[in-house]
Amino acid sequence: MNIPGLDVLRSKEFTGKIIEKINEITKEIGKPVKFMHVCGTHEHTISKYGLRTLIPKEIEILSGPGCPVCVCPAADIDKAIELGKRNDTIITTFGDMIRVPATNISLAELKARGSDVRIVYGPNNAVKIAKENSDKEVIFFAIGFETTVPLVGYELQSEPPSNFSVICAHKLIPAALELLISQSQLKIDGFISPGHVSTIIGLEPYEIFSQGYKIPNVISGFEPNDVLLSILMLLKQVRDKKYDTLNEYSRVVKPEGNIIAQRVIEDVFDPVSSPWRGIGRINEGGLVIREKYTEYDADKKFDIKIEKSQDIPPGCSCHLVMVGKLYPYECKLFRKECTPINPIGPCMVSMEGTCSIYYKYYSEQNS
Amino acid sequence: MSIKKENSKIIRLAHGAGGILQQELIEFITKNIPYKNVNNGIGIEELDDGATIPLINYEKEIVVTADGHTIYPLFFPGGDLGSLSICGTANDLIMMGAEPLALTSVIIIEEGFEFNKLKKIVNSMNFMAAKARIAIIAGDTKVMPRGTLNEIIIATTGIGIKDKNIKILDNNIKTEDHIILTGSIGDHGTALMASREGLNISTDLKSDISLLLEIFSAIKYEIDNNLIHAMKDPTRGGIAAALNDWAAKSNVSIWIDEEKVRIKNQVIAICEMLGLDPYNIACEGRALLAVDPKYSQDILKKIKSTQIGKDAEIIGKVKAENPKRVFLKTIVGGTRFVDMPLGEPIPRIC
Repeated sequence: MNIPGLDVLRSKEFTGKIIEKINEITKEIGKPVKFMHVCGTHEHTISKYGLRTLIPKEIEILSGPGCPVCVCPAADIDKAIELGKRNDTIITTFGDMIRVPATNISLAELKARGSDVRIVYGPNNAVKIAKENSDKEVIFFAIGFETTVPLVGYELQSEPPSNFSVICAHKLIPAALELLISQSQLKIDGFISPGHVSTIIGLEPYEIFSQGYKIPNVISGFEPNDVLLSILMLLKQVRDKKYDTLNEYSRVVKPEGNIIAQRVIEDVFDPVSSPWRGIGRINEGGLVIREKYTEYDADKKFDIKIEKSQDIPPGCSCHLVMVGKLYPYECKLFRKECTPINPIGPCMVSMEGTCSIYYKYYSEQNS
Repeated sequence: MSIKKENSKIIRLAHGAGGILQQELIEFITKNIPYKNVNNGIGIEELDDGATIPLINYEKEIVVTADGHTIYPLFFPGGDLGSLSICGTANDLIMMGAEPLALTSVIIIEEGFEFNKLKKIVNSMNFMAAKARIAIIAGDTKVMPRGTLNEIIIATTGIGIKDKNIKILDNNIKTEDHIILTGSIGDHGTALMASREGLNISTDLKSDISLLLEIFSAIKYEIDNNLIHAMKDPTRGGIAAALNDWAAKSNVSIWIDEEKVRIKNQVIAICEMLGLDPYNIACEGRALLAVDPKYSQDILKKIKSTQIGKDAEIIGKVKAENPKRVFLKTIVGGTRFVDMPLGEPIPRIC
């Protein structure tokens, strides 16, 4: 088996050349710069390959709200938990989601109490479970950014059985970027934008940041040299005072995105103002299911109301970690009460969560 | 909150996966054992691969190891439960610097288990025992009612012999030592995961399961002369657990060069797809050695001359600074920390 391109994308020689150029341009800029990524997989690449130890100290790479299970509000998980308590339901969702603590318990704990909670690889598996269990209500707890939305949309378009419904907790990335820019104290000099989300939405939604807000933007792939090259592409723009949306991940991302997937999203979902865990309500930050698919909307079907929920437990700093205001090791619970075995906040759960990545890859010495 | 407390009182799968939780479990079981060693030999408190019984007025000591073998599926690419139980036992003895002599085996079988499956397992036990020149000298069998056990488990005790003056121990690593790894990592665990139902991954990847006897014979001189300070087969928890264990017990830091750690392309691909880290994945036929740096090239050459050690490399070295930590120089030149794995590697879904 051969993995095409890995010889370049993970080549030390190529890394050396990029770093040389990064050092040179950082010197020319002559002041510290702050870049932010909004994708857990980017943080994973940066940490796993130790990229922060390779670039000059003047470049700070912040980790933004890019972990889909982390930004899902506790109230939505509580909703899934309430539905799961009924003995006629099967709750299905992605593996990363089930261990995330909500207001009181997680879906994993609900499962340990005897409820039927199942991990699925995709919404198609959930539909299959619904077909096989016609005496049960099968609810898919739908989370994720633009990358997972079309999969759910496609299932709703394909006339799933009437015992199938969806808790729609999908979030949209461009709206979150806009919110981050408006938090003026962050002063971000450039965005490393998520390759997978962009595969669906294309380059156009980012133009407002580069052209409107004058913040350079580079769509980046997920190999170490992808990320370093994206940093270089941002630095050049900072030096030359240019504000463009550039595509480093052109081997996958087309400028127009995936039109078919975009049509599915448009047909099934409506953008709405939506709460992000620890961040707050974001205008056009999430999606709801459109009227014509309302029979599959678990919100409408079951009328579950969550009165009080708690996104951030006392002492937890996930809300600050998620927007790049705090590094995980600056939180007083990190590595003490809060570990991947006993996560207190959402960022310690998923392998895309910033705290869980820092737990695995950074010691006291190199953080 | 009450649920959380309840959960913490039960044994979880992760308690058996070679990470921090397993250390807690072992501590829980062993802390009140009244007699922990014989004649001041290596006993349970060392938590090494095995124990020693020094023979009074004699230059040799008996080495004893214990191992329980369970695996799913029972038959996997490259081996089965039978070969696993013999290799695992013999390798544990070898990792203490001992020559394997004999083993006992307890086979516990679930009611309804097929004779022809048992035959296959026993045949491969015998095949491997012949290869290891190790005698099977005692044993026991039990049959459990259907449903009280999953198919079959084997528990072995290994018995070996070594010179008293050979000290190959987890807490014996010295600053400046070189770390040798005898082959590619992650083959066993990844092959197993790929062969499990539901994942539908088709690959030619095989478990690396093998006897480390050939390597033992090749470096017998260095073992006898204490030029090898520690040896370990990175089974559960992979090389990440083994190296962290060494760093903690020897109070040193270990610096690994990722470029030198061989990982097969199939293993990289499958692990990335499943969100797993090859450093945390079990090997069943590899060894890590911490050796005197002056002799590391000689030792490497001898290991490379064997069939199972042909891909051996010096992958890192030992330092005094930042003790109890393992660091990795990544393939692109960055530095990061290698953590003690926390529990069973579980494929990510999302």
